[in-house]
Amino acid sequence: MSTGSHVIHALYTDDDVLMNAVKEAKKKHLHINEVYTPFPVHGLDKAMGLAPTKLAITAFMYGCVGLTVAITMMNFIMIEDWPQNIGGKPSFSYIENMPAFVPIMFELTVFFAAHLMVITFYMRSRLWPFKKAENPDVRTTDDHFLMEIDASGHDAQELADFLVGTGATEINLVANEE
Amino acid sequence: MYTLSKNLKLTAFIFMAVGAILFAVDYYNLPSTTEEVAAMEAAHGDGHGGGHETEATHDNGHGEAAAHGETSSHSEGGHEMTPEEHNEHVLGQYQNKPWSAIYIAAFFFFMIALACLAFYAIQYASQAGWSPLVLRVMEGITAYLLPGSIIMFILLCLSSSHVNHMFHWMAEGITDPDNAHYDKLIDGKSGYLNIPFFLGRAAFFIIGWNLYRYFALKFSKNQDEATDNRWHKKSFKAAAMFLVFFIYTESIMSWDWIMSLDPHWFSTLFGWYVFAGMMVCAITTIALVTIVLKSQGYLKQVNDSHIHDLAKFMFAFSIFWTYLWFSQFMLIWYSNIPEEVTYFITRIEDYNLPFFAMLGMNFVFPLLLLMNSDFKRVNWFVVMAGIVILLGHYVDLFNMVMPATVGKSWSFGFVEIGSLLFFLGLFIFVVFRSLSKRPLEPKRNPLIEESKHFHY
Repeated sequence: MSTGSHVIHALYTDDDVLMNAVKEAKKKHLHINEVYTPFPVHGLDKAMGLAPTKLAITAFMYGCVGLTVAITMMNFIMIEDWPQNIGGKPSFSYIENMPAFVPIMFELTVFFAAHLMVITFYMRSRLWPFKKAENPDVRTTDDHFLMEIDASGHDAQELADFLVGTGATEINLVANEE
Repeated sequence: MYTLSKNLKLTAFIFMAVGAILFAVDYYNLPSTTEEVAAMEAAHGDGHGGGHETEATHDNGHGEAAAHGETSSHSEGGHEMTPEEHNEHVLGQYQNKPWSAIYIAAFFFFMIALACLAFYAIQYASQAGWSPLVLRVMEGITAYLLPGSIIMFILLCLSSSHVNHMFHWMAEGITDPDNAHYDKLIDGKSGYLNIPFFLGRAAFFIIGWNLYRYFALKFSKNQDEATDNRWHKKSFKAAAMFLVFFIYTESIMSWDWIMSLDPHWFSTLFGWYVFAGMMVCAITTIALVTIVLKSQGYLKQVNDSHIHDLAKFMFAFSIFWTYLWFSQFMLIWYSNIPEEVTYFITRIEDYNLPFFAMLGMNFVFPLLLLMNSDFKRVNWFVVMAGIVILLGHYVDLFNMVMPATVGKSWSFGFVEIGSLLFFLGLFIFVVFRSLSKRPLEPKRNPLIEESKHFHY
């Protein structure tokens, strides 16, 4: 029985069993579409062969932007536009008054790095208010783990037998919605 | 079991010998009379072929700078110095130079051992699971504590017996209203800053630190032979008690041994500032020694994750140091109160390059180099960052001590390099000899299995 465009949902009740199942599925060169877990499973990304995140690199660049914004802003306001004598602080050049600007430089660096990185994370993982939840089985938010395998081109029965062998407690053949 | 190789022993002794020779060479070239100072200054003026050829303007310029510089010795009244007074003033600075060089180098290596002991105690008190594999490295580094603290105590005793003039508040007649050297401000502090109390405190601290090290090592030895965890629990209790003792004594030690070099100046977070500097040096030294031992085939169980953790500590404590440095600097710069700000004015005017270069070495360099998670696992990156951090904190100490003792007459010459090399040789010898005394892996530390499988 060939399955056309179908996916198989294999449910597990233990993260260790799930990890082994992922490794075995990888060994058999099955295509794992997605794994749904109620909590982060340490090492799952490595077992699935996911590429490491580049979020930290973006955060560093956002931080640089924040630092630049702070320096440009205060140089313009305090030094170039209206260099007043405020309490005897030297406003002749940026560097002479820099210690007073450091707290703002620091905070804006952190602010930009943090917020823009979070927003990047939301965009990249497609998360926003009123977004329709993509959850194939409600139990995966509580105590079940679900591995979704691309079943196209495979014998469904054979796949199901293999997945039961890896410790799956439940196997569902689902028509691919996409 | 680590064995101290002949080569390393030889290297350590060569360091000490070369250091001593460099020191001696430069020591005999320093001026010892006011005539020599005058001759040297004249040569200096000629060399720069400057506009200030005439004696009067020359001395005038120096006199003013010294009077508002406040850093050193005799006249702080703001009166103009005569050429004779000026020469005597400069001579005093030159006579302090070799002593300060020894003092800085001695304190630098002593503080590495002391902060390493504190870090070691933190590992026990926090029951860290990653570190038991490097505990023996820390025990080895703290072996320098005893010789280092004895050397420090001898130096303090020599200063107290007026062999040198590093601590201005120890000067003869400074608390006597009838004496020409009378200093009201110092007299007001003499309830705290007096020689018997000063030496008594130093002795008390040194005994306390060394006692903890003695018992910590004893407990960890006993734990290796034990059948239960009784000795480990004792280590835990001793570490917790030591940490309380340490943070008080370290703070007071930093006022006594460093801040009192500038007896007119005070800063409340100075103890923390010195602590952050010594902590980052100690952790860097632990990382360097660990990498050296690992590259020689010892410490086989230590993996990249352990190095990664140490590098994280180096990174974080570098930033902590910068935070405290800046907090101290910015508050004083911002309020600009004359009695406090002289400290930084003399440093920025007379020590501009070391003062700002130190920020690059202690902050910018480790910040950019050790930020990347992958770089923290690359040993030669950690070594490179570590060497720069250690040099940077030597310069930091140089900036704390030198302006107070030699003022404008500083230079970085053979005395400084010589004493640094000498103590480096001694440090290497003591530390690696101590490392060869015991197996590098604790036998039955309850957390050793976790440490062996530590993975980040």
